Amino acid sequence: MKIHEYQAKALFREAGIPVPEGRVAGLPEEAAAAATDFGPRVAVKAQVHAGGRGKAGGVKLATSPDGARSAAEAILGMDIKGSTVRKVLVERASDIRKEAYLGIILDRSARGLRIIASAAGGMDIEEVAAATPEKILNVVTPSTEFPEAEVRDLAPRLFEDEAPADQVVEIARRLWDLFVTRDGSLVEINPLVLSGDGSVVALDGKFNFDDNGLYRHPEIDALRDLGEENPHEIEAKARGLSYVELEGDIGCMVNGAGLAMATMDIIHLFGGHPANFLDVGGSSNPEKVVHAFRLILARPGIKAILINIFGGITRCDDIARGILQAYAQIEIPVPVVVRLTGTNAEEGRALLEGSALHPAEGFEEAVRKVLELAQGGAS
Amino acid sequence: MSILVSRETRLIVQGITGRDGSFHAGQMLEYGTRVVGGVTPGKGGQSVHGVPVFDSVAEAVEATQANATVIYVPAKFAAGAVREASDAGIPLIVCITEGIPALDMVPLYHLVRERGQVLIGPNCPGVVTPGEAKIGIMPGAIHAPGRIGVVSRSGTLTYEIVHALTLRGLGQSTCIGIGGDPIVGTHFRDLLPRFEQDEGTDAVVLVGEIGGDEEERTAEYIQEHVAKPVFAFIVGQTAPEGKRMGHAGAIVSGGLGTADSKRAAFEAAGVPVARTIDELADQVRDRMVGEAHDA
Repeated sequence: MKIHEYQAKALFREAGIPVPEGRVAGLPEEAAAAATDFGPRVAVKAQVHAGGRGKAGGVKLATSPDGARSAAEAILGMDIKGSTVRKVLVERASDIRKEAYLGIILDRSARGLRIIASAAGGMDIEEVAAATPEKILNVVTPSTEFPEAEVRDLAPRLFEDEAPADQVVEIARRLWDLFVTRDGSLVEINPLVLSGDGSVVALDGKFNFDDNGLYRHPEIDALRDLGEENPHEIEAKARGLSYVELEGDIGCMVNGAGLAMATMDIIHLFGGHPANFLDVGGSSNPEKVVHAFRLILARPGIKAILINIFGGITRCDDIARGILQAYAQIEIPVPVVVRLTGTNAEEGRALLEGSALHPAEGFEEAVRKVLELAQGGAS
Repeated sequence: MSILVSRETRLIVQGITGRDGSFHAGQMLEYGTRVVGGVTPGKGGQSVHGVPVFDSVAEAVEATQANATVIYVPAKFAAGAVREASDAGIPLIVCITEGIPALDMVPLYHLVRERGQVLIGPNCPGVVTPGEAKIGIMPGAIHAPGRIGVVSRSGTLTYEIVHALTLRGLGQSTCIGIGGDPIVGTHFRDLLPRFEQDEGTDAVVLVGEIGGDEEERTAEYIQEHVAKPVFAFIVGQTAPEGKRMGHAGAIVSGGLGTADSKRAAFEAAGVPVARTIDELADQVRDRMVGEAHDA
């Protein structure tokens, strides 16, 4: 799960990591008021989950409350990579002497954590890593214990000895503790700046969390911004379905994430375009099938649907019942190909006999059939 | 012959009184697995499918000499269940549970390794040695005893592949679903040496997916250490990027982590990567039947 910069900074502040003074605003007037409190020089920053907001014009400097108001007017409502800006963060502009980068991620290769640091802050860190990998410093630890000694070694290099290393180590330690105690998957300060007065401040903040850990952090879960998430994906989650929207026109309903990905891949391989990833999960609840149909059909432009089920715990006859229930309850205006294999497949196929569905036996046969039907070919 | 699991394996089921644990204990018994006990704290003394239930793993091990455990407890308690099994000295721990926080797995991963134990999962279908024993949730009927090893990061996709092998007369020595979480106890590189040494295995099928760099590392390992034929299948070619990975994740993996990167790494190591499941099963058949004729 992702949160906004202002939310990440509130967590930083609480943990004792210095951040600029500021306040979030949803209206130009509120932005002007914040500039009165923290200004006159302020930064007005779009609060969206998407990266690249600076390039998109989502960050502006202002030197007066009026300036902050017009900056907020320009930014609020802006579309940045598909996200509409609903809030801006207005904070005191910092006097920047040097910019560095500091981040922590879960490192699956090391089965541990990785601290990433660089003296090249304020830039796209992926570009820095690609162009000048020697500027990236890494500390990899196969544990959740803070690697004090390694961080002490690295600290002076962030600001070329101009900032007290102790300050950097302390910020890294607090960031680490936040990450570990809140089940982070990524936390990033870019840039971490050395200000004119010699203090080190987190000028930006990005914090992603492990969804599996959210159950024990209701205060983090409460920071979720549903406006940033695809409404169909939210709906799917509420129904116990795993759904990701794609660009294509062939709807997919599959049990199991691996098989769902394989189904998308093979549709693509045979020249088609999958409209979604949809895992109906391991249960055999016919209601889920009905919801899955609704989700797939909620998108315009679907030409055909492929249902690909390998029954294990999932029973094919239950899936078949769900399909019939869906046909009874909602209008399904596109051809549907069904492939049922595994547990109770024969019972499932028998239930569907005489219906408008197009049965298929093999995986590849099913994919070819759905593509043919999508093109308006013979059934 | 097989790896990890055989008809000699003495299994306990942690969470045996729960809905999933009880159902699958029954399924495993039916398959022929020697389920010797179950564990649910506070329910010691009861029995499920005629199997005695104990309050703790230590008690269960003491009473039954179990040498393997399978965990069906809810995500909140699953990391604790793995630790309890490890503390009780059980050499093989299979964790089916999905939804364990990744940071809980960091210390456990290293703990079980230091102790020389094997942890399969979490978030996996389990391990089956066809005709002998199954530990987990996979449908038993699609498997057939034979000489192909299967290792997969997926569940139903594995069933699909096993089914395709079985239909072609290619039985399996042992099939392992290693789990879909970012940190799992055992990976391809841990299992390949076992298959390489297993006299009952002639070839190995690896089923990978996007994310991480384990496939890439495995490809390097195969080039240097594996003589038996290896076949691969990778899913996630059409998965949208960035749906799960943050920016910093992309730094670590660089060009690694995509389906293309994994395919290229395997192909460079001489491991064919099939584009469909039928193609995969055909490749295994053509190669292995050919070898049988040569022999």
